[in-house]
Amino acid sequence: MPEFTMPSLGADMTEGTLLEWHMHPGDVVHRGDIVAVVDTEKSAIDIEVFEDGRVERLLVEEGTKVPVGTPIAMLGPVTAGAGSQPKAAPARRASPGPRVSASPLARRRAQELGVDLEVVRDNGSPGVVTVADVERAAHPEPAAARPKEPQRESRPEPPSAPTADRAASMRAAIGALMARSKREIPHYYLESVIDLHGVLAWLADLNAGRALADRILPAAVLLKGAALAAREVPGMNGFYRDGAFEQQEHVHLGVAVSLRGGGLIAPALHDADRLPLADLMAGMKDLVTRARTGRLRASEMSDPTITVTSLGEQGAELVHGVIYPPQVALVGFGRIVERPWAVDGMLAVRPTVTVTLAADHRVSDGHQGGLLLAAIEDRLKRPEEL
Amino acid sequence: MSRQQTRARVAAEQPVVTYREAVREGIRDAMRRDDRVFLMGEDVGRYGGGFGVSMGLLEEFGEERIRDTPLSEGGFVGAGIGAALGGMRPIVEIMTVNFSLLALDQILNSAATLLHMSGGQFNVPLVIRMATGGGRQLAAQHSRSLEGFYAHIPGLRVLAPATVADARGMLWTALEDPDPVVIFEHGSLYNMSGGLPADSWAVGIDRAMVSRPGEHVTLVTHGGSLRLCLEAAEALAAEGILAEVIDLRSLRPLDDATVFESVARTHRALVVDEAWRTCGLSAEVAARIGEECFYDLDAPVGRVAAVEVPVPYPRHLEQAALPSAERIAAAARRLLSGSEAARA
Repeated sequence: MPEFTMPSLGADMTEGTLLEWHMHPGDVVHRGDIVAVVDTEKSAIDIEVFEDGRVERLLVEEGTKVPVGTPIAMLGPVTAGAGSQPKAAPARRASPGPRVSASPLARRRAQELGVDLEVVRDNGSPGVVTVADVERAAHPEPAAARPKEPQRESRPEPPSAPTADRAASMRAAIGALMARSKREIPHYYLESVIDLHGVLAWLADLNAGRALADRILPAAVLLKGAALAAREVPGMNGFYRDGAFEQQEHVHLGVAVSLRGGGLIAPALHDADRLPLADLMAGMKDLVTRARTGRLRASEMSDPTITVTSLGEQGAELVHGVIYPPQVALVGFGRIVERPWAVDGMLAVRPTVTVTLAADHRVSDGHQGGLLLAAIEDRLKRPEEL
Repeated sequence: MSRQQTRARVAAEQPVVTYREAVREGIRDAMRRDDRVFLMGEDVGRYGGGFGVSMGLLEEFGEERIRDTPLSEGGFVGAGIGAALGGMRPIVEIMTVNFSLLALDQILNSAATLLHMSGGQFNVPLVIRMATGGGRQLAAQHSRSLEGFYAHIPGLRVLAPATVADARGMLWTALEDPDPVVIFEHGSLYNMSGGLPADSWAVGIDRAMVSRPGEHVTLVTHGGSLRLCLEAAEALAAEGILAEVIDLRSLRPLDDATVFESVARTHRALVVDEAWRTCGLSAEVAARIGEECFYDLDAPVGRVAAVEVPVPYPRHLEQAALPSAERIAAAARRLLSGSEAARA
């Protein structure tokens, strides 16, 4: 019987508060279903389940804070009927009467309502016990409403930390993680200035035919370039764990999003290297919106393979990032600025961006890092392939 | 008069046509729309078809496009496959499913399999129509229901129009399919009539249809048994049992999602099929309900099917061997016994 445990939603998380359950005993859940909401120091996160199963018990009440790895629910196989319930088993053995003939639906409902099928049979349903018999036994009054709804309605508002507390605890979490990063990871830094003239002209053409809402921002193009380069150059996309580097096949790009109340979060844009630009743009918008409203999914929190921080229009020209453990590299894009630029022996004015790399010396050297920056520049020179 | 008013008027006065006329109109329409379409089969020309479906089409379209064939199912179904491979859109009529067994090799080993064997290079856009079913005192060798044989075969699409609208509209959609489609017309339906809007046109062939909504039990059926199920549902309604009737329409692929959705609401299912029970279509549908709806079921899945004998010739024995509205209603009542609906 598998345990469902409090997930780790990033290297900085040590404990989480179970805010809301979206599953209940008897429910069948499937891989990918959102089954709970967990509050970390940073935000409320939707938690997905990673295997199919039937919920047997919830071990943690809403509002409880538990360490990462604590079992919070028990899941059983989907096919297990009510007959396999451990709590019912001893009673059955004690009275070795014939097994109650009940329909599958009646058994399921009996389990949900806590009705003993033997009692139902003995109280006047000598044939096959159906769901109607079970519901009559549970609610002697006719036509009782299903109990699920009222229970849910009467539940108190999910406890949510006051904003000031959250800001403080987020600051503490960021501080702890960044201190760990600087303590453990021997960072090295590289930077390079890239001429964006070609790619921005290409993007302007592409956007000319699009409605305002569908336009693709330069930030999406930079992200795509970084994602493709991360796939190309080994030693950048992956995790350093237990003294060894694990190269990752998929590029789940951590996108640094600054939150309105202060603080920072870097959820994953899954398979960013494979997303067409329009989808990447949509994914980025969606991620930013959900990051700021606190509706991120657990997998987005825990599986970025490399992070990109893009300072945008109001940002500084240059950023030297701090790597997010257990990742091994962070790519930073500064503000796009016009600069004097030598072109074919002449001076021109060109839009440029300064791209930086912070990488982990336990995994790579400056040479490889340089290859990554070169690959980003190369990708941005061939925008039609993005 | 606005278009909407016109529509309403037409709907109110929609012409009543027979199933036979609806099939014929479907063929005529396809022939007019696409000159690659032609009809081929035993007696489809001068005689007008074994069931009178193609009456008048020879005069309208000529011998090139309405082609009488020898009594050789293997031969003319093979020719139809060849024509389809060559770019035509043949409609091959096999008089009844009983004789289609002579062409089963062509249908299974060629039509259904060439796309696979050629690595996707050759598709067979062939439509085969055939009459099926019993109930008309034609004796065992002319009364079989073998839809399940064909629904067993990957590579085929198998349809069973049970209404005049589907008789009219399924053919064109089938002709548009790039792969072989077998259409089963139940022999007892040709004389059935029903209202059909004058502008009726092609219908979808992917989804089953809820023919009558209900809440206590789901009757799943197709083809000639649909009328029996609707009749049974009417009788059950008088007793306060509301049966939902689902017309499968497509036997392969099966739109089981529609069935599951219904059973999840009614919690009881009765599968009705004129074919034999063992290894039949009813077995497949019942198995899927068992697999997917187990925890929604408040009674075992029921089946009403043919008695496992060759269909008898004498009327009273034939009636006893095949599903009837009475047998269907009785089976539905049994599923509900022990529950409130039956006690009330």
